[in-house]
Amino acid sequence: MTSSNRPLSPHLQVYRPQLTSILSITHRATGIALSFGIILLIAWILATAAGENYFNTVNSIITSWFGKLVLVGFTWALFYHLCNGVRHLFWDAGFGFELSTVYKSGYATVGSSVLLTAAAWIIGISI
Amino acid sequence: MAEFSLPANSRVQTGVTYSAPKDSGSTRSFKVYRYDPDTEENPRIDTYEIDLDDCGPMVLDALIKIKNETDTTLTFRRSCREGICGSCAMNIDGTNTLACLKPIDEVSGDVKIYPLPHMEVIKDLVPDLSTAYAQLESIEPWLKTKTPPPPDTERRQSVEERAKLDGMWECVLCFSCSTSCPSYWWNGDRYLGPAILLQAYRWIADSRDEYTGERLDNLEDPFRLYRCHTIMNCTKTCPKGLNPAKAIAEIKKMMVVRQ
Repeated sequence: MTSSNRPLSPHLQVYRPQLTSILSITHRATGIALSFGIILLIAWILATAAGENYFNTVNSIITSWFGKLVLVGFTWALFYHLCNGVRHLFWDAGFGFELSTVYKSGYATVGSSVLLTAAAWIIGISI
Repeated sequence: MAEFSLPANSRVQTGVTYSAPKDSGSTRSFKVYRYDPDTEENPRIDTYEIDLDDCGPMVLDALIKIKNETDTTLTFRRSCREGICGSCAMNIDGTNTLACLKPIDEVSGDVKIYPLPHMEVIKDLVPDLSTAYAQLESIEPWLKTKTPPPPDTERRQSVEERAKLDGMWECVLCFSCSTSCPSYWWNGDRYLGPAILLQAYRWIADSRDEYTGERLDNLEDPFRLYRCHTIMNCTKTCPKGLNPAKAIAEIKKMMVVRQ
C-alpha cells in the first residue's frame, strides 16, 4: 500500500509548549543570537582602532536607547546560554534527569540568568 | 531540513458537531482528529458532545462511547484499557499519553485528541508505526551471547544486576516519547528516538548480554544516537513514568568511557 497520500499528523501546531522544550529552543536561539551579537562587539572594538570618527559613529549607535536594549538582550542571552550550558554539563555527566530536578534546574536557570544580567548592568553602570 | 508547517494535504479542517442528548447532565466537548483514507478530503476535527454522567472516567472510555453510540466510523487502537499494551497512545490536551490512563477530569475545557504527532496517519487516530518498528528491530532487542549457557541452569543475574533493568523493562513501546521529541519529528528517518534508545540501553545494561561493544558500535552515529539534545519532552510525557532521556545519557557516557 502506498503511503504517499497519507497526511502528516499535527506536531508543533498541537503540542503543548512546556518548560522542557521552551528552555531547549531558547538555548539554541540564544546561541544564534550570541553569534550575531559578537559581531556587534567586535565592530565596537574595531572602531576604537579605526579612529575617532569611526568610534564616535559606532559608539553613538550602541549607546542609543535601542543599542542599549540590544546590549541588555545580548547580556541576558550570554548568561542564559552559560547557565543552561552548565545544566547541560550536569546532564552529560549523567546527573539531574529526574523530572522534578529538571524543573528545578530549569527555573533556576531562568532566574539566575535574569539576576546575573541585572547584576552585570547595575555594576557596569555604577562604575 | 526541518519542515515546521504541515503539508497541504495535512492541514486540518473543521468537521461535524454531534450534540449531546437533551437530557444530558454535565457535558464535555471532545474534539477529535478524523482522517478518512477513502476520500480525497483533508483531515478534519469532529466535535462530539458527551454526557459525562453516562461515561467512564478515562478518555478512552469516551472514545469507546463515541464509537458505540454516536459514530461507528471513529477509528483508534486499543486493547487492554489498563496501560499495559501501549496501543491507545495519542495526543490528548497537547501531550502524548495513553488514552486509557488519562482521566477526563485532568483536562480543562474541550478535550482535544490528535494522533501521535508528526506521523503518517493511516486513519483517524491510527498512525503508521512501521518505521518505529523497523528501528526497534535494528537494535536487536533480544539477549545475544557468545558463550554457551551454563549446563542445566539459566544464565543467572545478581539482584543488583537485575535491578539495573528496572525502569526499562516496563516500557510498553507506545511511542508517546518518540513522537513528543522535536528531534524525532525533524529526523525520525535517521534518529532512533527515545523509545528505541531506551530499549537499546535495556540490552546494553543487561549483565547477561555479551554484545555490548557491538551494540554501542551500532549506535555510534551522528544521527542514530546523537540527535538527542536533552530536550526532555520524552521523560515529561512518558505515561509509565519512565526516563528515556536518562537512558540515552547513560549510552552517551558509555561511548565516552570506552574511548
